[in-house]
Amino acid sequence: MEGIYLDNNATTRVDPAVVEAMLPYFTEQFGNPSSLHSFGNKVGLAVKKARMQVQELLGAEHESEIIFTSCGTESDSTAILSALKANPERREIITTVLEHPAILSLYSQLEKEGYTAHYLKVDGKGRVDMDEYKRLLSDKVAVVSVMWANNETGSFFPVLEMAELANAAGVMFHTDAVQAVGKVPIDLKNSKIDMLSLSGHKLHAPKGIGVLYLKRGVRFRPLLRGGHQERGRRAGTENTASIVALGKACEMALAAMEHENTEVRRLRDKLEAGILAKVPHAFVTGDASNRLPNTSNIAFEYIEGEAILLLLNKFGIAASSGSACTSGSLEPSHVMRAMGIPYTAAHGTTRFSLSRYTTEEEIDRVIQVVPEIVAQLRKLSPYWGENGPSAEPEKDFAPVYA
Amino acid sequence: MWDYSDKVKEHFFQPRNAGPLADANAVGDVGSISCGDALRLMLKVDPETETIEEAHFQTFGCGSAIASSSALTEIVKGMKLDDALKVSNQDIADYLDGLPPEKMHCSVMGREALQAAIANYRGEEWSDDHEEGALICKCFAIDAVLIEDTVRANNLSTMEDVINYTKAGGGCASCHEGIEEILAKVLAERGETFKAVPVKLDKEAPKPGKLTNLERIRRIEAVLESVRPQLQRDHGDIELVDVDGKTVYVSMTGACAGCQMEALTLQGIQTKLMEELGELIKLVPTRAGSLARATSQP
Ligand SMILES: Cc1ncc(COP(=O)(O)O)c(C=O)c1O
Ligand code: FES
Repeated sequence: MEGIYLDNNATTRVDPAVVEAMLPYFTEQFGNPSSLHSFGNKVGLAVKKARMQVQELLGAEHESEIIFTSCGTESDSTAILSALKANPERREIITTVLEHPAILSLYSQLEKEGYTAHYLKVDGKGRVDMDEYKRLLSDKVAVVSVMWANNETGSFFPVLEMAELANAAGVMFHTDAVQAVGKVPIDLKNSKIDMLSLSGHKLHAPKGIGVLYLKRGVRFRPLLRGGHQERGRRAGTENTASIVALGKACEMALAAMEHENTEVRRLRDKLEAGILAKVPHAFVTGDASNRLPNTSNIAFEYIEGEAILLLLNKFGIAASSGSACTSGSLEPSHVMRAMGIPYTAAHGTTRFSLSRYTTEEEIDRVIQVVPEIVAQLRKLSPYWGENGPSAEPEKDFAPVYA
Repeated sequence: MWDYSDKVKEHFFQPRNAGPLADANAVGDVGSISCGDALRLMLKVDPETETIEEAHFQTFGCGSAIASSSALTEIVKGMKLDDALKVSNQDIADYLDGLPPEKMHCSVMGREALQAAIANYRGEEWSDDHEEGALICKCFAIDAVLIEDTVRANNLSTMEDVINYTKAGGGCASCHEGIEEILAKVLAERGETFKAVPVKLDKEAPKPGKLTNLERIRRIEAVLESVRPQLQRDHGDIELVDVDGKTVYVSMTGACAGCQMEALTLQGIQTKLMEELGELIKLVPTRAGSLARATSQP
């Protein structure tokens, strides 16, 4: 058996057609797109084509709004730091508590450098309070950054509406759409989003290629200065093979958009319903009615996520977890804590993320295996009695220190 | 995925002695669900001989927590209680052919459960000043609390001090930003500012093997002499007792003896000795018990 890969929010396999498209750019098409001779010229045209393929997937108005970078993280950093340099007198920044570390670590560093960061809190389903957001918008704010879809739960933030509000208040708006691009339709030309980050390896392109979308007219300061590549907005010789690959992957994602939102969604729903029907004391985290079609995040109470993953792995099933142990820190995922998921469940959250390659047989197999694994681990747990959780876990298990 | 040894995987996939033990007469509960780790150790102790006849566990935790619990029950079965008390977390980790640095706390939890269970059997109160912070140095598995406490207790002010006293930062150096933040914070508390001085890593070690016995002892004494003022300031002291090949025996007195800081201090001195002599040195305090601490400090 090849293994069942349900960790597509972590990274995806490069589509064979994408590999095929990129390979010539290592060999016969090795030229530098900036060169005038014919070695470089064709490559320049290929990069242009890729730019248009990305443009189309994003619904961007102009091809020049697409800036190729090295990854999602670089796009995020470039966007935020550019907004700060472009608005030096503005010393406040806004984001949400659920962001990816690519934003959160940057914000916490900026706090050390003297900026005031506002982190929008969320409710139990991971939704922000729009009134709180409106109150925070002011001419002291340099930039707002809100992710389109959360990587752990798949839940959406209302980025279109939040961008409108920011725009009305004269504040720049950035969205980390690394998880959303390729999975849901996006139409940037009809939005007030100023900047958007995406990452190739989440949509069947290679790792190490990303894009920053920059709306025409939005003030910009480059992170990397040097040559005139990307119109001087991101210096450094282009990663041509990966750019071509990303273009192809965007074209394919657009073609598969319908499939993603019907068939992939159906399999995800089947998986979720199948597991929940057989496993007691388990629930879906996040906003189940408003999320990516490929993501299901289930909290299994009274057991720990890494142990679940190790056993799944034994059955050839790949998933991921928000448990503390998988991250190497002692705290469970900041996403689960921010949503107020109790510790008894937060450590056992398990994310299944599908792709257009996921098959019905794979889903059936996972539905069969997961309940066994959960039962096996619960037998070991001091919080689990003969036929269910201890009635009063706090009392039945009272450790000396906490 | 973590780089677990085969032994860890074996104990995770086929845990020994899992599940409740009906006639247990010694039970130790440690950890908490909020930390993502909780362990109940149940022992059946023969009151006549104080021998552990059976050991079972229930664990809420990750792969290495379950494997550590399983290993612990195997280690202590058949042991006398007094011997079981000497089992260190390093023994548990060694039994499993090692644990990744991020996971050493799983073995610490095992040792604590054992102590708690024995205290429970003997009708004693068991408590632990156990506190863990964010892991700062991955090379040596040293957390923020340990670094901060050491910096504070020893009035450290440079990166080099921290490396000498805790080992943190002495490997790949990628944790230096985190250590500098701790230094800056503690120094600010005492009204000083942290100034970065370049650290010399990979120091040229003195040529080994050329020292006569007398020279070696003189050098050892010189190192001990150099740290005495600092210890005396904290109302402690250190004295050379004996040198046996690579093992240096010392006696520690005063405020330092037995406390958590002792292990740290010993580690720092041991590092100094190794640098000075250019060879591996094991520094051993002559009181039983402290050795385990010195080596078990993760
Ligand atoms: C929401 C989000 N933002 C940013 C990133 C980082 O992207 P990259 O790995 O390309 O830097 C990820 C990837 O895990 C992500 O899920
Ligand atoms: S992480 Fe601290 S020295 Fe390598």
